[in-house]
Amino acid sequence: MKKLLITLNVNGRDVEFACAPNQTLLDALRLDLALTGSKRGCDDSSCGACTVEVDGEPMLACTLLAAACEDRRILTVEGIAEHGALAAIQKAYGEWGGAQCGFCTPGFMIAVHSLLARNPDPSEDEIRAALGGNLCRCTGYNQMYQAVKAAIDAEKAGRRAF
Amino acid sequence: MSEFSVIGKPVALVDSAGKTTGQGKYTDDLSMPGMLIGKILHSPLPHARIIGIDASRALALDGVVAVAVGADAPNKYGILPVGHDETALAVDKVRYVGDNVACVVAESEAIAEKALELINVRYEPLPAWFDPEDSMRAESDLIHEQRPHNMEKEYHHVFGDPAVGFAEADTVIEGRYVANEVTHAAMEPHSTLAAFELDPQTGLPGRLTVWSSTQVPYYLQHKLSIVLEMPMSQIRVIKPLVGGGFGGKSEVIPLEIIAAVAAREARAPVKITYTREEVFWAHRGRPRTIVDLKTGVTREGKITAVAAKVIQDGGAYCSYGVVTILYAGALLGGALYQIPNFQYDGYRVLTNKPACGAMRGHGTVNARFAFESQLDEAARRIGMDPVEIRRRNLLSPPCVTVNGLRVQSYGLPECIERVAERSGWRERKGKLPRGRGLGIGCSHYVSGAANSIIRSDMPHSTVNIKIDRDGGVVVYTGASDIGQGSDTMVAQIAAETLGCSLGRVRVVAADTDLTPIDIGSYSSRVTFMNGNATLRAAQAVKRQIAEAAARRMNCSSEDVVMRGDCVWNRGAYGDEGPGAAEEAATVAASGRVEGQILRGSVQQKRAEEGPKDKMTFEEAVVAAIDFHGALGGSGSYAPPAEARGGKYKGSGVGPSPAYSYSAQVAEVSVDEETGVVTVHKIWAAHDCGRALNPVAVEGQVIGSVWMGLGQALEEEMIWKDGLLMNPGLLEYRSPSAAESPEIECIIVESVDPEGPFGAKEASEGSLAAVIPAIANAIHDAVGIRLREAPFTPERVLAALRGQQPEARKIRLAGNVDPTQPATFREHGGSLCYKGRGPARHALDPALRRKAARGNAPKPKDDAR
Repeated sequence: MKKLLITLNVNGRDVEFACAPNQTLLDALRLDLALTGSKRGCDDSSCGACTVEVDGEPMLACTLLAAACEDRRILTVEGIAEHGALAAIQKAYGEWGGAQCGFCTPGFMIAVHSLLARNPDPSEDEIRAALGGNLCRCTGYNQMYQAVKAAIDAEKAGRRAF
Repeated sequence: MSEFSVIGKPVALVDSAGKTTGQGKYTDDLSMPGMLIGKILHSPLPHARIIGIDASRALALDGVVAVAVGADAPNKYGILPVGHDETALAVDKVRYVGDNVACVVAESEAIAEKALELINVRYEPLPAWFDPEDSMRAESDLIHEQRPHNMEKEYHHVFGDPAVGFAEADTVIEGRYVANEVTHAAMEPHSTLAAFELDPQTGLPGRLTVWSSTQVPYYLQHKLSIVLEMPMSQIRVIKPLVGGGFGGKSEVIPLEIIAAVAAREARAPVKITYTREEVFWAHRGRPRTIVDLKTGVTREGKITAVAAKVIQDGGAYCSYGVVTILYAGALLGGALYQIPNFQYDGYRVLTNKPACGAMRGHGTVNARFAFESQLDEAARRIGMDPVEIRRRNLLSPPCVTVNGLRVQSYGLPECIERVAERSGWRERKGKLPRGRGLGIGCSHYVSGAANSIIRSDMPHSTVNIKIDRDGGVVVYTGASDIGQGSDTMVAQIAAETLGCSLGRVRVVAADTDLTPIDIGSYSSRVTFMNGNATLRAAQAVKRQIAEAAARRMNCSSEDVVMRGDCVWNRGAYGDEGPGAAEEAATVAASGRVEGQILRGSVQQKRAEEGPKDKMTFEEAVVAAIDFHGALGGSGSYAPPAEARGGKYKGSGVGPSPAYSYSAQVAEVSVDEETGVVTVHKIWAAHDCGRALNPVAVEGQVIGSVWMGLGQALEEEMIWKDGLLMNPGLLEYRSPSAAESPEIECIIVESVDPEGPFGAKEASEGSLAAVIPAIANAIHDAVGIRLREAPFTPERVLAALRGQQPEARKIRLAGNVDPTQPATFREHGGSLCYKGRGPARHALDPALRRKAARGNAPKPKDDAR
């Protein structure tokens, strides 16, 4: 299969690379761009570990073609930290036990990021619904809600959540 | 000022930033120059002889480098010394759908996948065994020739006199309980990268380095040495971040060996990562378990005797099977309640399905479901409150149970009390409207097995600590952090003992070249055993520092206090040390003198003329290095002899230096129209000895309660003629955020006399209590007793209909009472579909028996 030369905008930077037309965005990120933060947990869009933002919408990179994302803004977990420091939500996930093994965490970071971008002050039900597409096998989710709330409080206290 | 400065405080896991930023590397995130990708060809048949493998077409494909087959590495291995029955790739037979047949090594995953289709394997199908109760009667077509009747292991234990015990009982309850098969489904699919180094002396491939998602680097090193016929010293196993284990990575998984064999065949680094479907086939989860249980109680609620017959559907290989079947008995009979007479008959049976192994709450969970459900029935029979009957059967520690388990710290009474209080049990139980109910369950678990898998006098954990002149503490530990936070635990214990801040401590973990032997992260042993080894290593270093500091401060080393990055003479400042303000000044000053310390001790000595009463941590470290020449220490831990159990056959499994305890109350509602069970809230009290890091303890307790909740309500591996019907995360129905209830964790601290700072396990003990707590709550809500888990809407509805008058009964279950399953089935699905599934394999033993009786249905499918 002849490869296409495409340009992706990932975490604010344009990257040009050759990609097979059937290559998934997840493989492009992990193998071609060495952005291994997005994880491969299922390959069939059932776990959410590969969630990235495409033009502000959370999408599953494992079932998205890289070539279809040309000229779109892609945000991966590597782009969440701000100015080389942990974003409030990343710090809160650590402090509140939102991440245990951490394999699902990149997906949750993106899910929370897009939730707070849409809705800066979500209710507990809204948080649950927003996290509903991501699976975690370690935490039972309870501590994640606390982490999200703590991050929102931190933001209100003057520190941006992202 | 509290008793401790580092432990007992919630701290973020030391590796959490790597996880939240995506910078942390898991095995599949690693790559090497020239690395190739391996893909495994799996068997499509549950039981068959391999006649021949023709890989020539695959090898001819552009981009394919090598194909490995069973003959390339025929040595047998297995996690247990008594269960060496696996080979890296099938040698003569395949034993389950998904068994490993060949491995293609290619330049990319896509090429490897294409090559798999070009391998031609000729099989001779053999009759397969799917039902353990059938399999136990097998005379021919055995799964392993050395195991007659496909019996992996059976045990028959009698403690006390059960016959007398049952005679003393006022009421005896019997029942059959079935818990279907579940799997870990850790978020990270297993992955291994193997690479050989060329030996400069011989010019040939020499040392092997393996990066793998494992809970047991040391055992992996050991099994690799058996299969590859290399000395262990030539093999280095490194554990990167592991994305969850739950027991699924606590033994050597085929891909770990296959990757090394493939790297040897391909003469290049090879990485193999399972797909999610392959993870389900690799399995090693909790076996489907049938428990025939009999309990005798007096009118006063005292348990007089318990008899249990447990059959575990173990799958095609031994795996941890012998240990699993022993755990089921040992912890059913011992260390939770006072049971004077106990009989146990355990059968671990081989079947043609993926091997079952260790899963969170290893061996105890399904037996605990049966027992706690039956105790609830007993309470009802004698008209006693379920909380009260549990309180009447408590142990009085310190004691040794009838089956030889030593119990010291015992927080169960407080767990029961706290959970009853928080859930409003006394005010609300029995007063909720129909359809809503409360149920209680209790459970416990070992804090590490007192006897290691490979019997020896070797310490179970060893830890080294090194401190440099700048006061940086490096802890070298073999403990494998799989997300439970063991690196953080080790750092906390080292910092607390040395009296320094957590930020000084760096943990180097689970790299067999760098870290001393630790037997791995399983049986909840890491905090207790590796924690104790860390404590001892830190104490050894602390003694050296104190000795040197004492010389500087002109006091005895017993008077040296180290705390909060500060070292002082107790004679001058007492136990509390220089005041907080002064302490802060010292810490600030310590930054200033850092450069001098690095330049050497001459300037340092000059800066501190005359004796002093306090020093910074760095100053004390420099003094110790100047005095001793080098500063380092080792510590190890082996469980004490008196905690290692009785003398009977099988007594090695169950004993532990300490047990954790849990009591839980679940509040559920049952929709009588749809059969859907909703769990509203679970209160879980867990006795973890001492909570070294409360946020991590809560995370572990909530996580295990949640995992038990999944097994109680939805999760189930469904089999049809040896083929897994739901090998995906959606189909397996792991609960999502939207379906998961609030879980309130109540930490009970019983402070164990032997644990590090009194700590015990926190990660497994809470799982088992959830399932019976929910079963009991369902009974409280609508009066049905569910004896088969999970409690799916089908099972709930069938049981509800079973309550209704005959005329209204819909015979969904075909005359089978789903609440009292009498026969075992080859698939874990609902009894409703018994006998109505797709066509059977032509050589299915069930069909042969029917043929012998003369009413064989014509097989529709030869399953080839």
